[in-house]
Amino acid sequence: MAEMMQFDLVSPERRLASVEASEVRIPGADGDMTAMADHAPTITTLRPGVLSVTHASGTDEYIVLGGFADISGTAVTVLAERALPKGELDRETHESLVEEFRAAHEKAKDTFQNEPGPVDDAAKLLSDMVALGDHINA
Amino acid sequence: MPSLKDLKNRIESVKSTRKITKAMQMVAAAKLRRAQDAAEMARPYAEKMETVMSGLARSVGASESAPRLLSGTGKDDVHLLVVMTAERGLCGGFNSTIVRKARQRIDSLRAAGKTIKILTVGKKGREQLKRDHADLFVGHVDLSEVKRIGYANAAEIAANLLDRFDAGEFDVATIYYNRFQSVISQIPTEQQVIPASFDDAEDGAEETGTLYDYEPSEEAVLEDLLPRGVATQIFTALLENAASEQGARMSAMDNATRNAGEMIENLTIQYNRSRQAVITNELIEIISGAEAL
Repeated sequence: MAEMMQFDLVSPERRLASVEASEVRIPGADGDMTAMADHAPTITTLRPGVLSVTHASGTDEYIVLGGFADISGTAVTVLAERALPKGELDRETHESLVEEFRAAHEKAKDTFQNEPGPVDDAAKLLSDMVALGDHINA
Repeated sequence: MPSLKDLKNRIESVKSTRKITKAMQMVAAAKLRRAQDAAEMARPYAEKMETVMSGLARSVGASESAPRLLSGTGKDDVHLLVVMTAERGLCGGFNSTIVRKARQRIDSLRAAGKTIKILTVGKKGREQLKRDHADLFVGHVDLSEVKRIGYANAAEIAANLLDRFDAGEFDVATIYYNRFQSVISQIPTEQQVIPASFDDAEDGAEETGTLYDYEPSEEAVLEDLLPRGVATQIFTALLENAASEQGARMSAMDNATRNAGEMIENLTIQYNRSRQAVITNELIEIISGAEAL
């Protein structure tokens, strides 16, 4: 049996999960990472993606949007600005989210015409969001 | 001396007033429970956010490259006051205490020769501040259509603030709201949100223990977090405010119900007395009539 650690997923409005987990896969801004017990203390920002938690009674998956993860040797705390169980994501929600990020991208293009940085960031967020569509349960 | 009929009417009207205040009190009590739950749910997020940010702020804060949201614009000439009040009245001193706090600040800033701008959230604060300070208003956020305050509302207000900050419209932003202490006590609070400020003394000792790796980098994480921090603080404030509003309304309505009860008692005594007086009068008339014969 793998060593366990405390996993918490909180959004501003509610606490979505609080379990003993053996493994947490986090969609970090620089790429996915998997945290297990005794991971080096790390704080990473999130990109829109799927977070999966393996615990004693199976695996749970959540969609997380924006925020960060605080990983220490004994606990993983994910603070997501928006988070929902993967099953709750449907086409409609996804489309409205994509639309939202697309608008943000357009706005960034207008505001920062000669600075590629923020525009690229927004474009990346948008493409992450679009890619999330593949995870929707049909 | 009011007639018996007048008294009876007054008793009836006070009774129906009492019914209304009683109902409002019970509604407020139910809403208060919900508001408190919401505030409770939001707490872990806000606390965690605060710890991580203050830790980061300590390590990055001193450097030259610190984000403007943390270091400020280097001036404090233009102050933006974000005054959060309720959309509705009948909640005791709830709205007035916030407005009074904001007014004091406006006066002291004005005496110091600063420029002041006001953004109100909630109708009641706007009405009260518009009277004296209409020229300082830069905006108003209307939440009257919102049944339950969600993070999206806070994020919208935060985006509004950040846009103004990026456009250089102000140097310092402070929010005003009532912090929920108990049903009978709400504390008007002012809190500076931009540039971000942290209570260093509070949790400094335990945090310094762990050294974190930051991905992508300390600066990038901080830059990502600061705007979210603003939204989180506003969200917390909105929730505290909502709970305070219901608490204040509950105790105000409780008082009103009790007063109405007292009034009914007094009026009833008065009514009975005058009724008795009328009867006595009639008797005297009959008896003296009979004696005269």
